[in-house]
Amino acid sequence: MSDITLQAFMAQLTIGLIGGCFYAMLSMGLAIIFGLLNIINFTHGAQFMMAAFLAWIGLTQVGPWLGQPDLQVNFWLALVLAPALVAVFGMAIERTLLRRLYHLDHLYGLLLTFGVALVMEGGFRYVFGVSGQGYEPPEILQGPVDVGFMLLPKYRVFVVAASLLICLATWYLFERTKLGAYLRAGTENPRLLQAFGINVPVMITLTYGFGVALAGIAGVLAAPIMQITPLMGGSLLNIVFAVVVIGGLGSILGAMLTGLGLGLIEGLTKVVYPEASTVVVFVIMALALLLRPAGLFGREA
Amino acid sequence: MNTKALFAALVALFVLVPLVPGLIYPIFVMKVMAYGLFACAFNLLLGFTGLVSFAHAAFLGTAGYVTGALMIRFGAHPLGVPAAFLAGVAASALVGFAIGGLAIRRRGIYFAMITLALSQIVYFLAVQFRWTGGEDGLQGIPRGTLLGLVDLSSDTAMYYVALALFAAGFLFIDRVVHSPFGQILQAVRDNEARAVSLGYDASRFQLLAFVLSAALAGYAGALKALVFGLVSLNDVSLHTSTEVVLMTLLGGVGTLFGPLVGAALVVGLQNYLATIGDLVTVVIGLIFILCVSFFRRGVVGEWLHWRHRRAARAARPLPEAEHPPVAKAA
Repeated sequence: MSDITLQAFMAQLTIGLIGGCFYAMLSMGLAIIFGLLNIINFTHGAQFMMAAFLAWIGLTQVGPWLGQPDLQVNFWLALVLAPALVAVFGMAIERTLLRRLYHLDHLYGLLLTFGVALVMEGGFRYVFGVSGQGYEPPEILQGPVDVGFMLLPKYRVFVVAASLLICLATWYLFERTKLGAYLRAGTENPRLLQAFGINVPVMITLTYGFGVALAGIAGVLAAPIMQITPLMGGSLLNIVFAVVVIGGLGSILGAMLTGLGLGLIEGLTKVVYPEASTVVVFVIMALALLLRPAGLFGREA
Repeated sequence: MNTKALFAALVALFVLVPLVPGLIYPIFVMKVMAYGLFACAFNLLLGFTGLVSFAHAAFLGTAGYVTGALMIRFGAHPLGVPAAFLAGVAASALVGFAIGGLAIRRRGIYFAMITLALSQIVYFLAVQFRWTGGEDGLQGIPRGTLLGLVDLSSDTAMYYVALALFAAGFLFIDRVVHSPFGQILQAVRDNEARAVSLGYDASRFQLLAFVLSAALAGYAGALKALVFGLVSLNDVSLHTSTEVVLMTLLGGVGTLFGPLVGAALVVGLQNYLATIGDLVTVVIGLIFILCVSFFRRGVVGEWLHWRHRRAARAARPLPEAEHPPVAKAA
C-alpha cells in the first residue's frame, strides 16, 4: 500500500463511487419492478444499453439521416427523451407479452424478459457492430473541477450528484408519498387495492415503465463515461444481480446503499489487486450467502 | 409409451449414420449427442427438481477444460481417455457442489441469480489460469486411443464410442428419474412444504440433484472436448448457459426426450443460420419469446399432452390430469 499515492487511491475510490452509482440506480429499478411484478427484469441491461445508444444516435446520427448535419439532440434533451422512449417500449412489452404470464410460475416471466434482451442486444449488434462508440459530454460539463484534494473531470462529479439525487427522489416517492403508499399496498395485496378502486393493471404497467426509465437514465448518464457497445448492459447486469442478491430486493434504500457500497469496494480492490476487481462483487456475494443467507435487507422471492 | 423401446430405436438409427455415407454428417450427430446430454442434465434439474440454473455452462466448460488439459499431457497413455474423462466429470461435480451449496441457501428467483453470478467467477478463472489457455482456450486436444486398443482419431471409432457414452448417460438419467430418489425430487418440486412434512430434507435432495446435474453436464462437456478437440471461453459463458435453457424449453421441460429434440433443433438451427452472424442471437431470442408465450410445453410436451387428451377422450369419463407446465415423463 505504501507505494500508492493518495492521489491514485482517491482516483480509484472516485471511479468506484461512480460505478456504485450505476449499480444503485440499476438495482433500484430491479427492486421496484420486482416489488410489484414479482419478476426479475432480465431486460434491464438491454434497456440501459438502448438508452445509451439512443442518446448517441440523437447526438451523431439523426442529423445526417435527415440530411440536416447540424441538427443534434443534445445531452439534456436525450436525458429526458431516451429514457422515455425506452420506458414506452418496455411498457409495450409488458402490456403485450409479460401480462400473459402473471398467473404462471415466475420462471416464465424471467425467461421472457431474457428473450427480449437477446433480441435487443442481437439487433443492436447487427446494426452497429461490437466496436464501441464515444459520446462527448456537453460543453458545460467538460474540463476538470477542483474538489479540494484533487482535480476531477466535471462530468464525473455531475454523474455522482445526479444519480444520488435520482436515487433519493425515487426513495422519497416510494416511501413518503401517497402514490408510494399505493404501490407498496400493491406489493402486499393487489386484490384488496383493486377493490378500493385503484386500477392495478395500469399501475403495474406504469411501475414497470418507471423501473425501466431508471435504467434508461443510467444509460444516458453512462454514455460519456463508458464505451457504448451492444454488450455494455449485459456485463453490468451480471454484477447488478450479485448486488441484488447481497442487498435483497425487499427495500429500495437497501438496494441503493448496497450498490454504492459495492462500487466503493470494487474501486478499493482496483488499488490493491487490479485483476480481481471484476470478480470481487461475486466473491462478496458468496461470503454474504455463507454468513447471512437471508440477505442484508431481503425478503424471500 | 415405453421409453426404453423408443430410445433403442433412436440408438439403432444413430448406429446406421456412419454406415450410410452422405445421409448425415457423423460430426453433426456427435454435436447433437453432446448437447442433447447437456440439455438432459439441465432438465434433470429444471424439469424434475424445479430449480433454474444459469450456471450450467460452468459445468460443461470445467469438465471440458480439465479433460482437455489432461489429454494434452497424458493423452498417449493407454488409460488416458477414461482417466481424463472421469477427472473432468469429478471436477464438474465439485464445482457443482460449491455453486449449488451456496445457491441452495436461497429460493426461487434469488437461486437463479446466484448461479448466474457464481458462474461468472468460473469464467474469470478460465480467463486467468494458464492451463486453460486464457483467451485462446485449449486447441488441438488429442483423442488418444481407448485403453490402447481403439484409435479414436478415426471419426467412425470416435462416433461409436460417443454413441455408447451418450446411451449410457441417457439411460442413467432415465434411471435416476424413475428411482425413489427421483420420485422424492418431483415431490419436492410439486409441493415442497408437503415433502418436508413427510420427513424429507428438501435442501439436501435438491443439492444432490444439483451436483448430479452438474456432473452430467460435465460428462457432456468432456465428450464434447474429446470429439472436437477444442474448448473455448464460449463453453463457460453465459451464452452457453442460456442456450441449454432454450433447448430444454423448446423440446419440453420435464420430459425425457424433450431436451434431445430441443438440442437437435437448436444445433441444427445454428448450423443452418451460421451465415447470418449476429442475427442468430435475434432468432434465438425470438424463439425464446414464442416458446414462453405460446408453446410452454415444448415440442415433446405438446405431443404428449395431445396424446394424453386423445386417450382421455376415448376413455371418458376419466377426468383430464391437470399438469401443465411440466408434463409427465414419457
